Amino acid sequence: MKNNVPHIGLFIPCYIDQFYPNVAIATLELLEKLGCKVTYPLGQTCCGQPMANSGFEADTEGTTSKFIRDFAAFDYIVAPSGSCVLHVKDHSPKINNLQKNQEHVQSNIYELSEFITDVLKVDSIKGSFPHKIGFHASCHGLRGLRLASDSERNEPKFNKTLQLMRDLEGMEVVELTRKDECCGFGGTFAVSEEAISVQMGKDRLADHMDKGVEIIVGGDMSCIMHMKGIAAREQAPIQLMHFAEILNQAIS
Amino acid sequence: MSHPENATVFLKDKARAKWHDETLWIVREKRDATIHQIPEWEKLRELASQIKDHTLSKLDFYLEELEKNASANGIKVHWAENAEEHNQIVASILKEKNCKAIVKSKSILTEECHLNPYLEERGIEVVDTDLGERIIQFLKQPPSHIVMPAIHLKKSDISDIFHEKLHTEKGNVDPVYLTHAARLHLREKFLQAKVAITGVNFAVAETGEFVVCTNEGNADMGVHLADTHIACMGIEKLIPRRKDLGVFLRLLARSATGQSITNYNSHFRSPSPGKELHLILVNNGRTKQLGREKFRNSLKCIRCGACMNTCPIYRRSGGFSYGSTVPGPIGSILSPGIDLKKYSTLPFASTLCGSCSDVCPVKINIHEQLYEWRQEITKAQGSSLKGLSMKLANGIFKSPLAYRLSGKMMRASLKSLPDSIIYNPLNAWGKGRNLPDLPEESFKAWYKKNRS
Repeated sequence: MKNNVPHIGLFIPCYIDQFYPNVAIATLELLEKLGCKVTYPLGQTCCGQPMANSGFEADTEGTTSKFIRDFAAFDYIVAPSGSCVLHVKDHSPKINNLQKNQEHVQSNIYELSEFITDVLKVDSIKGSFPHKIGFHASCHGLRGLRLASDSERNEPKFNKTLQLMRDLEGMEVVELTRKDECCGFGGTFAVSEEAISVQMGKDRLADHMDKGVEIIVGGDMSCIMHMKGIAAREQAPIQLMHFAEILNQAIS
Repeated sequence: MSHPENATVFLKDKARAKWHDETLWIVREKRDATIHQIPEWEKLRELASQIKDHTLSKLDFYLEELEKNASANGIKVHWAENAEEHNQIVASILKEKNCKAIVKSKSILTEECHLNPYLEERGIEVVDTDLGERIIQFLKQPPSHIVMPAIHLKKSDISDIFHEKLHTEKGNVDPVYLTHAARLHLREKFLQAKVAITGVNFAVAETGEFVVCTNEGNADMGVHLADTHIACMGIEKLIPRRKDLGVFLRLLARSATGQSITNYNSHFRSPSPGKELHLILVNNGRTKQLGREKFRNSLKCIRCGACMNTCPIYRRSGGFSYGSTVPGPIGSILSPGIDLKKYSTLPFASTLCGSCSDVCPVKINIHEQLYEWRQEITKAQGSSLKGLSMKLANGIFKSPLAYRLSGKMMRASLKSLPDSIIYNPLNAWGKGRNLPDLPEESFKAWYKKNRS
């Protein structure tokens, strides 16, 4: 590893750390395979999003200060989650005595696929993944970070995550009826509006299954955890994966 | 009842809930199809947004310009500070005209002011002439949607209502047949009414005129047959110049229903000879909202209803689940400004997916304002139970040791608890969803072994 290679701080959202270590490992290995110098700061905890979205942004100053201190020394911060990245960028409270560091963190934090396309300038990843997939666009990645064009706006079509996957041999991406409707996770919404949340998740799964999708691929494990939980309960014959796992397998 | 409770009830009738979701989704799809025919769509939205921002920043100036020019045109301009004043002004005009029956075309403002019950209590018959409005008026229901007020009803429901009220054939669900019956019924009302009330879609400060957009022509029918026309508008329905109209008329119908333009866009500038034209400018909390920096631009709303059609929560819970005059995403950022306590669950009836903000023709950042209202609501509520658990969470996440311990404990306890406890019906996550399979170790533990 060369010394002038930018140093990436790997930000692993708390629920991925606890529930989906394989997604975190895939993210780390993928970045390493792409030639990056990556460090996972061991003291990191959570970005504060669940609290802020519940209306307690003001109570997340401690969590936010800690996040800034953990990551300020890195050139870039990368996470396999559009949602948590959006929170750090847009919704963490201003920390007065860490202003400069906070600005650095907020303007250099990236979701994994946008980091690979926009910073590493990798156009696509070669490999093979012979499966019929459906893409689940997480709302915060889609409409918050603009990782892809959405169905609401009249704009040129693009999708940074699928762009990286488009050269995988044997992979077929289906066209969904509602290509970017929310899955209904929504953080604490999943429990405070339980009935709608589950119904939305069921509807998303049905759209994919109607098209014969084998694997739903997404960029946010929170959406995937929610839909996976419903699929397991309903014994639906469909799998869900994070794209980091697919890309990491493809280039190994 | 709170939004989640209402939504749960709505979803119990699975077939109807699915039908409601799909019906509104079709409207969203029609909107998508039509906006993709306009290459400059996003520019139009930006332009509309800037015109509205500008107007709101000089609202006092443009309102006075409107008053001056409208008065010069022969329109009688009234100012109403609140709903009560608005209703009093309408009632006093009716009294002066000795009018006991009026026709009214759709106006969300008069819903907001509860004008119908106010007039009915005073012995005046009010007939809503928009077909959807008339249907729900028969049922004594409020609108469930601001553009399609009876969208919650199926053809068969309407057939039953008309059979009872208009003596149509039982079981005849043919829309042409039912609409014809409604026309005959409404025609009588139109002919009898001496006063007609309409809403206002746009008032033009420069010319002192206002524009009413309808698809059924009912506003025009009512106004032209009556001797007196009363138009009621919220003070935010203002645009500076007539040429700005082109921007908004192109956006309004496309966003609302996917039509390229509403069938009737009627300009009212001065009364016909021998007739009277009144314009009531209503504040009712709007200047208060104007004073709230974070929420000010909610006043840009042109009431197209696109945010309702796209909202995955609205589609699956129905307009009545919000319990507010304006339901859906836009209603959830307007209503807390009127009564924070009463509408405290509405800003939480969202996943913050952002679809509403991206369909909004005037670019209101609806989902960001939902987030901001959440902050206001928790501040106003003080330390509730949820607040306490969130403070505790901040404590855990502030300290890496506490986080590691709590994560470990959580994974350990989830493993040792029997499914019957985890999936207890009281546990909202487990009611319809399984929990993730638990890994042997966290990523942190793996990283320590493998990288450091």
